[in-house]
Amino acid sequence: MTKETLVPVLGIVTDVRVDTPDVKTFRVNAVDGGKCFEHMPGQCAMLSIPGVGEAMFSITSSPTNKEFMEFSIKKCGCLTNWLHQMDVGQMITVRGPYGNAFPVEEDLKGQDLLFIAGGIGLAPLRSVINYVRANRENYGKVRIVYGSRTKEDLVDYPEIVNEWCQEAGIEVFLTIDQAQEGWDGHVGFVPAYVTELGFDPHGRVLVCGPPIMIKFTTQALLEMGFDKTQIYTTMELRMKCGVGKCGRCNIGDQYVCKDGPVFRFDQLGELPAEY
Amino acid sequence: MRKFAADQLTKIISSISTPVYAPVEDGSMVVYDRYEDGMTLRLDKVGTDKTPKDILFPQWENLMHFRMEGKTIQLTEEERAKEDYVIFGVRACDIQAIKVLDRVFLADPIDTYYAARREHGTIVGLACGEPAKSCFCKNFGVDPAKPDADVVLWPAGDCWYCEAYTDKGRALMESWPTEAADEAAVETIKAEIAVKYDALPFAKLNLNGFDGDHLMEKFDSPKWKKLSMPCLGCGSCTFACPTCQCYDIRDYDTGNGIQRYRCWDSCMYSDFTLMAHGTNRPTQVERYRQRFMHKLVYFPSRNDGMYSCVGCGRCIEKCPMNLNIVKVIKALGEGDSND
Repeated sequence: MTKETLVPVLGIVTDVRVDTPDVKTFRVNAVDGGKCFEHMPGQCAMLSIPGVGEAMFSITSSPTNKEFMEFSIKKCGCLTNWLHQMDVGQMITVRGPYGNAFPVEEDLKGQDLLFIAGGIGLAPLRSVINYVRANRENYGKVRIVYGSRTKEDLVDYPEIVNEWCQEAGIEVFLTIDQAQEGWDGHVGFVPAYVTELGFDPHGRVLVCGPPIMIKFTTQALLEMGFDKTQIYTTMELRMKCGVGKCGRCNIGDQYVCKDGPVFRFDQLGELPAEY
Repeated sequence: MRKFAADQLTKIISSISTPVYAPVEDGSMVVYDRYEDGMTLRLDKVGTDKTPKDILFPQWENLMHFRMEGKTIQLTEEERAKEDYVIFGVRACDIQAIKVLDRVFLADPIDTYYAARREHGTIVGLACGEPAKSCFCKNFGVDPAKPDADVVLWPAGDCWYCEAYTDKGRALMESWPTEAADEAAVETIKAEIAVKYDALPFAKLNLNGFDGDHLMEKFDSPKWKKLSMPCLGCGSCTFACPTCQCYDIRDYDTGNGIQRYRCWDSCMYSDFTLMAHGTNRPTQVERYRQRFMHKLVYFPSRNDGMYSCVGCGRCIEKCPMNLNIVKVIKALGEGDSND
C-alpha cells in the first residue's frame, strides 16, 4: 500500500485508449517507471487531479501485468470529465490499493468460473479474467457473459474478440440491449440472456454491473440452482478516505472500501440493502 | 493523592511550559482553546459547547499541498504535529470519546495526522462535581467521578485534589505546588457524584439489543420514520458530538497551488453519500437512521461492544428540534425499564 494513509504517490498517464463513446482506459505508470504499487484483482485505487477531485476506481489491469496499471473510466461527473480530457504525459495522484480482492488464490482456485458483466461493470472483472488467463492451469472452464447498451459500448471490444474469444477453454457470450445495424449477435438484457443460456449450477460466479442488472442476474442464477455462496459481486459507494475512517461507504457495519468491495452474496444478504 | 489550593489553579496552568488547551469563554460559548492569561476559565461548565475533539481532530486541517505546472504535479506533505501540549480539564465522557476516536484513527492503517497529535498530548481529566440534567454517561461505562486520564482533578470548593496515573501525568505534576492529601476525602467526593448522577432523568437507559446480533432488527424498525420526521438535517448534533468523526477531503486553489485539506462532514447532509448515479440514502429517514445505527449498533459490532456514544448530552442541548439519542434508545430499546 502507498506508505501513508491519504497521502498519494504520483503517477503518469502513459497511454489513453478510447474504448467507447464514454469510456476511456488510462495506462498509469510510476513517475520513474514501473507500477505505482502491486494489487490483487478486485482491489481499487484513489485517483485524483488536485483541485478537481479524488475518487475510487477499480484497477482494470491484472496484477500479472508487471509493466503498468490500467483504469477503465466512464465519463459521468466532474473528475471523470477532467480525466477524459487528459493526454499522455499528464501526472495524476494515485493511492492504494484499497479493499479486499476476489479470492483468486483461495475459493476460486480449481473452479469453473462464470463471469457476468454489464457495461462498465466489466472493469473490475477484467482484472480477474486476465489473472485467470495468466494462471490458466489453476482454474477450470471460463465463461464470460457481457452485455452493454450498444455494440459501441462494449469496453475494449478488440481484446474480447481477438484474445478472449480465441483462447481454448474460454467461452464468450456477448449481448446488446437493442438490435442495431452491423450486429448479428444476441440482443437482450443480461439477466434474460443468462437465463436463456442456462448454466449448470456449479463453480463460482462473479457478477458486476448496474445495481438493477446485478439484482435480476442474481435472481436468475438462484432460480438456476446456484447457491448464494457461489456468487460474488463488487460494490461501489461514495468514498473519501479508502481506509474505513471517513464514515460514508458503510453498508451496515461493513465498510465497502476496507471490508469490500468484493462481497459474497450470502454475506451481502446479512446486511441492510442500503446500496 | 495530592491537593492544591483553589487560588493556585490559574498559576499552575500558566506555569505549564507547553501550550495548554482548556475550556474558556469565547463569546457566548465555552470552547477548548489555547489558554492565555486573562481568559475566563470555565472548568465548572459541564457539556462545553465545543469539545476537546477540536484539538485532536480539528474542524479543518491541511493535509498536503500541490504545485501544478503544465502536466506535472509536485506534492508537499503537511508536517505532522511535533509540539507537546496539554488539554486541561477534560470530562470523563470526553475522554471516552477520545478512546472512540482512537479506535477509528489508530486502527490499521494509522492516520498519522491524528496519531502525531495524540502522541504529543497530555490529558488532565476533571471529575464532574455537578453532573448536568442531560448527562447519561454511565450507560456507556463512563464514570463521571473517575476520568481515565494522565492526571485527574477533583473539585472540592476551596481546593483541588489531584493524582497522576501515567508517566506523562507524573512529569506534568512534578512542578505543581501540591501537598499530600487524604484519599478518603476524594472517595467522599466520588460517592457524592454517584448519588447526584443516580438522581438524573437519563441515569439508567436500557441498551439491551443494541449490538451486532440485532442489526437487521434495529435497521428494519418501522419507528425510524416517525423518529426522524422532525429532523432538519442541519448537522448540529454531529458537530457538537465528541465522537462524530466523519470527514471530507477537499481541495482549494490558493492562487499558488492546490491545498488539500480535511474537514468535518456530517452523515445528516443530503450530499454525504451522493454519487454520479444518485445516493443510497435518499431521504432524511435513512440519514437519521445511519447516525444512530452507527453509534449504537455498527460501531460496537466492529469494536468489541464499545459504543460510539459517550452520554455527554450535547445533542440533547443542541438539537433545534429536540431530537436526541436518548429518544432513539427509548423508542428502539427492549423491555420496559426505559419508562
